Amino acid sequence: MNSFYKKNGPVIATFFLVAIIFWLVFLIVIPQLYMLDLSFRPNLPPLLRGGPDDVYTLTHYKHFLYGSETSKDAYNYVDIGVFFDTIITAVLVTIINLCFCYPIAFYIAKLATPNTARLLVLALVIPFWINELLRSFAIRILFAGEGVINNILLELGLISTAVNFIALDIALYTGLTYAYILLMIFPLYNALETLDTNQLEAAKDLGSSTVRTHWRIVIPHAKAGIASGCTMVFMLTAGALATPVVLSSPNTYWFTQLIYQWFNMNDNWSRGSAYSIILLVVSVTFVLLMMRLFKVTIGEVVR
Amino acid sequence: MRPNLAIQAFLGLYIFIFFLYLFGPLVIMSVTAFNSAEFPAITPWECFSFRWFNEGKIAYDGQRLAGLVTDRPLHEGIVTSLIIAAGVVTLSVPIGMAAAIVLTQVNSRLRTLFYSMSIMPVLFPGVIIGISTVVLWDRIATLGGDGFISELGRNGIFLTILGQTCFISTYCFLIFVARLQRFDTTQEEAALDLGASQSQVFMKILVPYLMPAIGSSAVIAFLASFENYNTTVFSILSEQTLTTVIASKVRLGISPAISALALVIICLTLIGAFFYEISRRSNQRKKGP
Repeated sequence: MNSFYKKNGPVIATFFLVAIIFWLVFLIVIPQLYMLDLSFRPNLPPLLRGGPDDVYTLTHYKHFLYGSETSKDAYNYVDIGVFFDTIITAVLVTIINLCFCYPIAFYIAKLATPNTARLLVLALVIPFWINELLRSFAIRILFAGEGVINNILLELGLISTAVNFIALDIALYTGLTYAYILLMIFPLYNALETLDTNQLEAAKDLGSSTVRTHWRIVIPHAKAGIASGCTMVFMLTAGALATPVVLSSPNTYWFTQLIYQWFNMNDNWSRGSAYSIILLVVSVTFVLLMMRLFKVTIGEVVR
Repeated sequence: MRPNLAIQAFLGLYIFIFFLYLFGPLVIMSVTAFNSAEFPAITPWECFSFRWFNEGKIAYDGQRLAGLVTDRPLHEGIVTSLIIAAGVVTLSVPIGMAAAIVLTQVNSRLRTLFYSMSIMPVLFPGVIIGISTVVLWDRIATLGGDGFISELGRNGIFLTILGQTCFISTYCFLIFVARLQRFDTTQEEAALDLGASQSQVFMKILVPYLMPAIGSSAVIAFLASFENYNTTVFSILSEQTLTTVIASKVRLGISPAISALALVIICLTLIGAFFYEISRRSNQRKKGP
């Protein structure tokens, strides 16, 4: 600590310490710990907090598993169903994005001329800076009952009545795939760019097929990018709120919408906290799984 | 490496479809902003009009649909968003810079822990950051009694600035880390040997070297704050920002005024990208081939 002050001088060192402690302790650690604590407490009005009723309880986690005490079902099928729907959809969206982006990233990184590559990268960045809500809104216009896709299909005579894409959740899945696709492409592109083209040529000269070259050389080289892209897309999809708000049908819920309901409509903050903790645990598990699977460090996942 | 013709044609088609998927929805949305019908659509095309940018329209059922110019909540939301973004930039750029500089000074054991903690917020879902900020500050406000702290703890703008700073600082941190990796520390040592104080070294050597990173992290922080929804919707409480206004509009029913707003944002983005490309090219020319 002394050497830290000596190295930076008293003024700058104090500034560093204050900024870092403010961030790490007051913005990151304490809020999360307090939310964790709250999730184990009953839902009380603010004035009763800290009173005799404010004891640790598992009631909110039990509610997630078994439902309210008055319900007849053995388990809370609705909430658990929403939870697994969210996770499975997020995994599928991640896989689809990976397959869809890999050829593009490879093309931009290795096959395109430098000028084309720069132009394509710039073109990719533009939609990324348009608000997620507005991008979802664009998808909504396409898939609405009187929307563009329905009109085209009707015109072509492929369908006789308008298809309700929103109720079928097709709009939601398309929107989720659309929303975070660029967070898959950039890590892949950055990883592939560092691949030495000579390696590809050597593989080709030695008679390796294209598929084999990709499987044995390109994909192992890009594994940090793949891990990073998959993590980002999964986390953002599982934790998405803007896209489901715009695109989900009235009977479909996304897990974050359940959290929102407990929190804002039912005013049950501690249950909202408990559901948030469940989402957080899943997210962290996924990151750890990716790190183990691709044998990368957390520093390589987040760049 | 030149693939054969069939593969090239296939790749070309694939890239075309990819960009169609990326831009098609945005183009169609932009076009609907000029159709005077109440419902954002291309067919049936009622007539070309700028009304969604100006005064809006009174629908057949007498409901007033606001255009961009007449939409008061939207304007207030934009102002709130700007205030929040300014607050986030002033907090998160210094925090990111401080953390990145200190990262270069700590020993390697501590560095791993410190780095992992610093990038954690990016791995938290945005809704969770918003919720944890609100529950903590509500508690602080309750304990704080009736005074200033209680008001602060229930002020949506203040909470949103804190919540967004939590993860936007990480974006800034990563930008500074990347820049500092190429920093030549012998410059600092030379200045110290020549009798400069530590503060002088910081202000005259480190800060000028970090200037490009300060600029780009400020831009990123501003944009990330301006378009954030997931954290904001929880932490904003009773106030409204641009994104929460848009979300409540979309939930009430979709209107071409939103397409008009989107088109304005798209145009601003395009102009930004254009100037970015120009400045990058002129920089390159200065450096020579």
